[in-house]
Amino acid sequence: MSKIAFVQKNKIPPSPAPISEVGFIGWLKQNLFSSWFNTLLTLISIYFIFIILRDFIPWAWGGHWNTKSLRECLDLNPDVACFSVLTARWKQLLFGLYPAEEYWRPTVTFIFLILSMIPILFPKYFKFFWFSVIYPGLAIWLLWGGSIWGVGIVYIGLSLGIFTFILLLKLVSKNTVLAGIGALIFLIVFFMFFSNYLVNFLNIILPIALPPVESLKMGGFTLSLIVGITGIVASFPIGILLALGRQSNLPIIKMICVGFIEFIRGVPLITLLFVASVLLNYFLPPGTNFDIVLRVIIMVTFFSAAYMAEVIRGGLAGLPLGQHEASASLGLTYWQSQRLVIMPQALKISIPGIVNTFIGLFKDTTLVSIISLRDPVGLASTIRADQTWNGIYWELYVAIGLMFFIFCFGMSQYSQYLERKLKTDK
Amino acid sequence: MRKSLFMILSSIILIVGGQAAFSGGHSVTLDDVKARGNLLCGVSTGAPGFATVDDSGKDVGFDVDYCRALAAAIFGDPMAVKFVGLTSAVRFTALAAGEVDILARNTTWTYSRDTDLKQTFLGVNYYDGQGFMVKKDLGVNSTLELDGATVCIQVGTTTELNLADYFKENGMSYEPVPTADNAESQQQYLAGACDTYTTDASALHGTRVNLENPDDHLVLPEIISKEPLGPLVRHGDDNWADIGRWVLNALIIAEEKGITQANIDSWKDTKDAEIHRLLGTGDDDILAMVGLPKNAMYNAIKAGGNYGEIFENNLGATSGINIERGVNASWTKGGILYSPPFR
Repeated sequence: MSKIAFVQKNKIPPSPAPISEVGFIGWLKQNLFSSWFNTLLTLISIYFIFIILRDFIPWAWGGHWNTKSLRECLDLNPDVACFSVLTARWKQLLFGLYPAEEYWRPTVTFIFLILSMIPILFPKYFKFFWFSVIYPGLAIWLLWGGSIWGVGIVYIGLSLGIFTFILLLKLVSKNTVLAGIGALIFLIVFFMFFSNYLVNFLNIILPIALPPVESLKMGGFTLSLIVGITGIVASFPIGILLALGRQSNLPIIKMICVGFIEFIRGVPLITLLFVASVLLNYFLPPGTNFDIVLRVIIMVTFFSAAYMAEVIRGGLAGLPLGQHEASASLGLTYWQSQRLVIMPQALKISIPGIVNTFIGLFKDTTLVSIISLRDPVGLASTIRADQTWNGIYWELYVAIGLMFFIFCFGMSQYSQYLERKLKTDK
Repeated sequence: MRKSLFMILSSIILIVGGQAAFSGGHSVTLDDVKARGNLLCGVSTGAPGFATVDDSGKDVGFDVDYCRALAAAIFGDPMAVKFVGLTSAVRFTALAAGEVDILARNTTWTYSRDTDLKQTFLGVNYYDGQGFMVKKDLGVNSTLELDGATVCIQVGTTTELNLADYFKENGMSYEPVPTADNAESQQQYLAGACDTYTTDASALHGTRVNLENPDDHLVLPEIISKEPLGPLVRHGDDNWADIGRWVLNALIIAEEKGITQANIDSWKDTKDAEIHRLLGTGDDDILAMVGLPKNAMYNAIKAGGNYGEIFENNLGATSGINIERGVNASWTKGGILYSPPFR
């Protein structure tokens, strides 16, 4: 008979995990030193981070901010950064050659941009969507100046067009196609014959105008944002339409969409920019002054739309065919099923790809420096051509890189937030 | 019926043709410029000394000042000009497509640009050439001592070809270190990746002044290529080309004669008839021939001074770039700058 020498009567309270397994040390062990190989990699990484920071921090921390020229910086202490170039030129890096007394305009445009994006990015504030609708016109007016009625008339015309459409639908025919054609005819007649008189009339009774600023003066991050944001906003709907068109059963639409996508994707962006800057002038009648920034925006939008279409097509391909069939069997029309069933799912799948395209597009705006527009990178070489700052490289590129990083990182963070929010499957 | 149609057609052709023949005396481009109210001048987006914007956003530079003189000649106002920054990739097409009226963008005058690209060079406003920069402690004083050197060179430029030609001609060898642009050349050179770096001498001087210790570096005296820079216009409007050419010549003559921005008003009683013709203080109004006001050249010189003053302000000692006049001095002072007479 065995004798039990000892029986534990009380339950032993769980002892805390060993210090090497929890908390900061546990995290280190798990993530950085889990095996000899990972330990080696960690040590190598630490070494490289150390040598970069060892050089960078004293260089940046002790930098000069208030000298008058690079020469003065070098005479004081050649081993540290000469950020004085930023002190002297930060306004140019932000606003390009925009007239100094009008700097408030791009600034206000930028603040309004953030406000106008809130209703789109955060559904909670969707009731302010009207501001997002008037924002593009407002931004054009603020940036380029001139009479407010120049862009105002577009809004007036389009509102009247929608009004006509509804009126026709109510009074004449229930057929949306007929009403649409009617509204289109109204718009054409309005813009061809009446809009000029109306603009003149409005200019007399309510003359609101800003001093005009031409595209030649646009530059710096203002230009990057104008091209980037307009490209992003415009390429998204075009991309959706192209993706749908490519999957369409109507052969002509399909051919046009495939042709457009394949052509644009087959050509480097810089080529399209050269076409915009150089070739278009040969095709247009002499004397036409087709704004260079507008030309660039159109090309960038086309380029990005083609990529967007393929990203969204990837999302569409990811949906089971059953979704189409199910929505059709519920009696939904093509557009209804796209809007209510297909697109919400396809777009959700495509979010990483879409944001990837957006970020790529935003960074690609620096290519415009090759066709003479003064974006931040173009401005860097302009600034270096001033003998005061001739020979300065790192300081400018660090600053420009930081600005781009802030915008791109912001976009990437938003996309991750959106993915988490839309995650329905666990 | 057919006969009358022929008559009408032929008379239209005659009238149109006749007008075209009569309009030979004035410039279409000048009319456009006058109607627009300002000159569109294509300059570099950034070439040290030639064109850039200063801290306050104002356009400055050697080419910029030439365009201001031209604007002053046409409008009497040196500010009646819009500067269109152009990269080397788009400069010629921008001119050909009419986006600018004149291109003053430190552009080298070559045969093919003159003929094949259908442009008219108005003259030379700066004789540049390819030079070399070395560190002083290399102990080299002439390019002929560079046998076996490593050379930082921008790929795909004429300087690359000139370099190969020059070393071959002199029976020397070199090892190229290819770079993308002047900025990279400079970084590589400073990092010791190459013994010497080569590009246009004007750029070398500008770069050297802003190095950590300029006195440790030397721009070698030899210039191995001809890079005559000058303003240019499109083919097809000779009168417009004449205007641009003679504004440049007027600036050169002004230096030759000692007419400066400061003393320009004190020449009314001079016995030199050419000065009277130039400044429009005499009786004959020869500038009417090109459709400019009588005092056009007075305004042009008044705008930024004569050629020498413009040079000093943008490339010489005042600018901080410290380029010597050298061959760019007036022919009366040992250079090769020589304007035909103004008569």
